[in-house]
Amino acid sequence: MISRKTKQRVAFTTFRLLGLAVVAILGWILGFIIYRGAGAINWEFLTTFPRKGMTDGGILPAIVGTLYLVLGSLAIAFPVGVMSGIYMREYLGDRWLARVIRVMTNNLGGIPSIVFGLFGMALFVRAFGFGDSILAGSCTLALLVLPLIIRSTEEALRAIPDDHRAGSRALGAGKLETILRVTLPVAMPNIITGLILSVGRVSGETAPILFTAVAYSMPKLPSGILDQVMALPYHLYVIATSGTDIAGARPKAYGTALVLVIIVLAVNLLATATRACIGKKTKRD
Amino acid sequence: MKWTRRLAKHTIEGLFTLSGGVTSLVVFLIIAFLFREGFGLFRSPAVERGYGLCVHAENAVPTLDAGQVKRIFDGEITDWKEVGGRPGAIVPFRVDDLFTGGGAMDDDPASVIPRVEALIARTPGIIAFLHADYLPGTKIARHLSLGNITPSDFFTGREWQPAASPSPRFGALPLILGTLLVSLAAILLALPLGIGAAIYLSELAGARMRAWMKPTIELLAGIPSVVYGFFGLVVLAPLIQKTFDLPVGESALTGSLVLAIMALPTIITLAEDATRGVPRAQREASLALGATRWQTICRVVLPGASSGIAAATVLGIGRAVGETMAVLMVTGNAAVLPRSLLEPVRTIPATIAAELGEAPAGGAHYRALFLLGCILFAVTMAINLTAELMTARSRPKNI
Repeated sequence: MISRKTKQRVAFTTFRLLGLAVVAILGWILGFIIYRGAGAINWEFLTTFPRKGMTDGGILPAIVGTLYLVLGSLAIAFPVGVMSGIYMREYLGDRWLARVIRVMTNNLGGIPSIVFGLFGMALFVRAFGFGDSILAGSCTLALLVLPLIIRSTEEALRAIPDDHRAGSRALGAGKLETILRVTLPVAMPNIITGLILSVGRVSGETAPILFTAVAYSMPKLPSGILDQVMALPYHLYVIATSGTDIAGARPKAYGTALVLVIIVLAVNLLATATRACIGKKTKRD
Repeated sequence: MKWTRRLAKHTIEGLFTLSGGVTSLVVFLIIAFLFREGFGLFRSPAVERGYGLCVHAENAVPTLDAGQVKRIFDGEITDWKEVGGRPGAIVPFRVDDLFTGGGAMDDDPASVIPRVEALIARTPGIIAFLHADYLPGTKIARHLSLGNITPSDFFTGREWQPAASPSPRFGALPLILGTLLVSLAAILLALPLGIGAAIYLSELAGARMRAWMKPTIELLAGIPSVVYGFFGLVVLAPLIQKTFDLPVGESALTGSLVLAIMALPTIITLAEDATRGVPRAQREASLALGATRWQTICRVVLPGASSGIAAATVLGIGRAVGETMAVLMVTGNAAVLPRSLLEPVRTIPATIAAELGEAPAGGAHYRALFLLGCILFAVTMAINLTAELMTARSRPKNI
């Protein structure tokens, strides 16, 4: 008979190993990409166009394209998402309508990104006639991150104690004034954290822009919002899986993957830093 | 209050209300667009749009279905007897054959039709696949109608060959089974690791370890799926090829491994929330009765968190089912019925991603891909609602 203590020791060791295994997997992936990609990244890689069937040159147009798509989609999703979050938390409270909207928002967040791609193609590219463009891609990506922004706004507002609101109302401020002058400014850092995380999400998505925005290759940078663009995740996909010289393009693929990973790392660090910053501030209050 | 300020107030509050409805509107629009396009498939003819099939006027064959037509043109059926007609060799004919022999390149229907009619008249065993403009009169040829693509063609068909001519095959069964196989294998791989890590994180890890591991897991969730796909392609696929001595490393197993890694953050985060949701009083009661910490975890914490853990599993499956790029890059994309984990398979999202670019808008192929999107949408929606119900039910009990 194995003693209870031994059983516990065995079980705990197993769980500890499983926990460490998760960290190890992440370390393996990140380590591999960084190790292989570091050699490919230099100033020229970041600032020139790809040449010789993607086996030479850099990824400037893909970086610029992803930047446009991120800016475009967040310009749409941020205001709409924040307003939607305000409406749900401040106007609906916990009424049934708020629950319905919350379920819908959660569902929208759970829809696979390729379905957004199909929808974006049917609605923005064809029905609205935007064609394959930054505009159509940004709209599609905006729908994708909308739930994320709504949820972070709602949570940020929920974290504010009702005393703040009551105090403001007691001083004679209206509901809207209270929101704009009291609740929103306090909630803003948390909302910004949500926004930062959305940047990471949008810059890495491929499936939604596959049929709404991206081009395999562009001779020059896009000049308007109805132009097609190159994008980092799609660029990585094409040079890793197709093209005339896949082996020759490998170093560029490692470099592109590393750029994507760096964006995600930066976004996460920034979000953690903002959160820590807020933590300190609220403690001081 | 001045009227301008009142106007501004109403405008802003109106905007809030409008924005509040946006997500619901988008969900409805997605349903409307997807299902309208998708179900259009069943109004699409089984033969390529704009084309027709005809046989000799005296051919006794009653009707053909799309599968038979495909096998005839693939040369697998060669005698009319096999499809219910009088014995006699089948002569498949495409209109392109007229233009290949170095003959006249004149494609004016007025000159093509007589040539087609003459050919049919002297070839009793012919089955001709022609552009609708070239279809000859009904005295010489009998037009075959294959009808529209039916739901059973789509949901139970075993062949996915959207480019086959004259009748493309849209049997989604291999894709549906491929998706299920890859996702379920992924979740089976991810569950022990994910739940183990969640228990470690919520019950065993010290505060410093937690503070360090939580962001790590968030990071894992933030890595784009193409990067996972790329990693799978250059690291896991060769590894699996070598380990199992396979001709190619891109297989269902590779896809499952990548998906398992990708599903880990979802499972860990939700399972950890569920175990932390078990009230402290229950744990302390168990410990006070003399149970070890491990017994407490086993008999008190895990049962208390079971519905939350189940929800985590279900959502993990949902993520795996919908994942596109990573799977597209590592599963080898063979649209055949999967027989083992070590063979290439193709999933629904990967099919959409790989083929939508080549499918002409409004055609049967395009609609079939939208219908696949509908399946994906319906499945993930059902999964999300189930998970939501599970967590909703567990909440009041825990508080």
